[in-house]
Amino acid sequence: MTDLETFREETRAWLEANCPASMRTPLTGEEEIVWGGRNAKYPSEDAKLWLDRMGAKGWTVPSWPQEYGGGGLSADENRVLQSELKRIGARPALFSFGIWMLGPVLLEYANEEQKKEHLPKIARGEIRWCQGYSEPGAGSDLAGLQTKCEDKGDHWLINGQKVWTSYANYADWCFCLVRTDASVKHEGISFVLIDMTTKGVETRPIKLISGSSPFCETFFTDVRVPKGNMVGRLNGGWEIAKRLLQYERTNISGFGSNTRIDVVEIATANVRIENGMLADRDLRARIAAHKMAERAYALTTQRAQEEAKAGQNVSHMASMFKVAGANLNQERCELMMEALGNRALGWAGEEFTPDELAVTRGWLRSKGNSIEGGTTEINLNVVAKRVLGLRDTQ
Amino acid sequence: MTFTLSDDARMLKETARDFFREQAPVSRLRKMRDEKKNGRDPELWREMSALGFAGVIVPEEFGGAGLGYVALGAVLEEAGRTLVASPLHSSALVGASALMLAGTEAQKAEWLPKIASGEAIATLAVDEWAHHTPEKSKLKASDGKISGEKKYIADGHIADLFVVAGREGALYLVKGDAKGLSRRELTTADSRGAADLIFDGVSAEPMNGGVAVLEQILDRGRIGLAAEMLGQASEAFEITSEYLKTRRQFGQVIGGFQALQHRAAKLFTELELTRSCVLAALDALDRESGSVAEYASLAKARACETLHDATNEMVQLHGGIGMTDEHDAGLYLKRARVAEALYGGASFHRDRYASLLGF
Repeated sequence: MTDLETFREETRAWLEANCPASMRTPLTGEEEIVWGGRNAKYPSEDAKLWLDRMGAKGWTVPSWPQEYGGGGLSADENRVLQSELKRIGARPALFSFGIWMLGPVLLEYANEEQKKEHLPKIARGEIRWCQGYSEPGAGSDLAGLQTKCEDKGDHWLINGQKVWTSYANYADWCFCLVRTDASVKHEGISFVLIDMTTKGVETRPIKLISGSSPFCETFFTDVRVPKGNMVGRLNGGWEIAKRLLQYERTNISGFGSNTRIDVVEIATANVRIENGMLADRDLRARIAAHKMAERAYALTTQRAQEEAKAGQNVSHMASMFKVAGANLNQERCELMMEALGNRALGWAGEEFTPDELAVTRGWLRSKGNSIEGGTTEINLNVVAKRVLGLRDTQ
Repeated sequence: MTFTLSDDARMLKETARDFFREQAPVSRLRKMRDEKKNGRDPELWREMSALGFAGVIVPEEFGGAGLGYVALGAVLEEAGRTLVASPLHSSALVGASALMLAGTEAQKAEWLPKIASGEAIATLAVDEWAHHTPEKSKLKASDGKISGEKKYIADGHIADLFVVAGREGALYLVKGDAKGLSRRELTTADSRGAADLIFDGVSAEPMNGGVAVLEQILDRGRIGLAAEMLGQASEAFEITSEYLKTRRQFGQVIGGFQALQHRAAKLFTELELTRSCVLAALDALDRESGSVAEYASLAKARACETLHDATNEMVQLHGGIGMTDEHDAGLYLKRARVAEALYGGASFHRDRYASLLGF
């Protein structure tokens, strides 16, 4: 038996013994997601147990080094683990911006002390992170950010405002872009880590068109941050910021969407059927085109993974996936609205089922997919300039 | 499933790329067209056959290389890039597949070696209307003879052998010089030519046909054609992208204008998505996946849409020069529409995909 086969057997046995039965069912809603943190909320005892066990094993972040709380798995071992998790239909033990965005850049840019301090807590879900990037005056033009960070000798002093900070009101720490030099643009930005319990940090949720409030405004008023909390060098934050965006774009293209509900199921249940086909042939063709696009997207992510494994650099593809993924999710939500008919037009109350209301709310939420994490327009700029080499100075 | 080429397939792809760039660039198609050869370039087919392109999928016992569809797809993609006019798709893929899937032992032994060597051009005759409708046939068959008509058969004017589809997927083998078979040669927009076939009591050898076998052959044809179309779309896009980097207006290269950058970026995204579908479909054939039909419609529909857009954008983004016969854009555009129509266009395959998915 090869090492990998042995690993598969051991993994299967461990999961069999340690993954609670209730964690082998699909997530049914946002309230069942485990985000961890100091004030973690668990939908069930099983959910907590599952996170504790996976965290202790380092399998919330299987490919991170063990010394930082990871599983220390090779790419092949990680693939085996993922396929075994998928086989039993296991839920993710932890959702985390720390895992998806911050961790990878800490591994690359942080000093040893910072890695030892922060990475294991991310892996075990003990600290929940939020992202302090956008500001009222710095959206698509992110590098125009103004939140001021001054060197006060034994600490940094931070003043300013962030906006669209996802779940800032639940987060324990914030990774934040700040201005450390106002005389230059990109070269005057630094990357700092801020404890949200520090005096002078205040958050205010923003209510969205969907009725939910996943984002906040975050205010910093004379916030004192230890000198050791800057990642990378002073004024060297933009490079880290961009790298983190690549990870973000890969992860959030369809964020906030409810993929549990299938558009074909909705259509066949709500649209008249004729000879085994949707009687609305125009809708049928558009759903078919959408299902093809969905398949094409899934195959392309698979191909990119295979190319990455073969050593090809595919990081520049993140913007392409962000554009395509956001578009796909919005298209899916629009088709579900259309297929549900007036059952999708409710807002609240018991006359509409939770699934119907979820479609309506999810449709509104999906409008943010082409804005958050870099708008579709900004990402098309990135593809045109960085991938295709189209520039105005030739 | 894998998207990675085997060593054999990669070498074949590189050989094909070099050969087509050097020996069969677009100018060769243009010359053939200007000489009114209507798709005839037997010298090119001989050279391609000498390199083994005609026998890529044919099993070794019948004189082929037995390398499979991923390998042949790689050659077709490279051929598509320079609009190579040859029976690579019609004979080396479809003709060979038809014999391999539906031929009797005697038929295989007689024809596959000739197809693999490029000596015989074999093609499939299915459609009888202005659209791809394989389930409808009015072909009459009795006493070993067939009568009826077939329309727009790609390479039908140069084929030595026809696999003819009849009712209920029945398949017959008919030699090109059979008595009672007449061909009406068609001069086509893509300069590659085709033929309408009229069968009037033609002697036909029955094959091991049937609706399922015919669908299998068609799906191979669809996937192979999608590979050729992927090459065409990729090249059309790359030529256009290069033009955006060199054409200057308003004192700068036009590729610096955001309106054009976004169109190029969107097209690039569609191409990448379609590439995955085509490669996955070829791989599905070699794996003998149970979902070949879905992959075939996925690959062909997406190839149709992407090539359609890529060729339209090629003309528009080149501006006036794209409208001239001197530029290659028109040649890509014309081949695109022919390839889109053959083996079912995007709407045909969207409809089929919906049925396969059960709605």
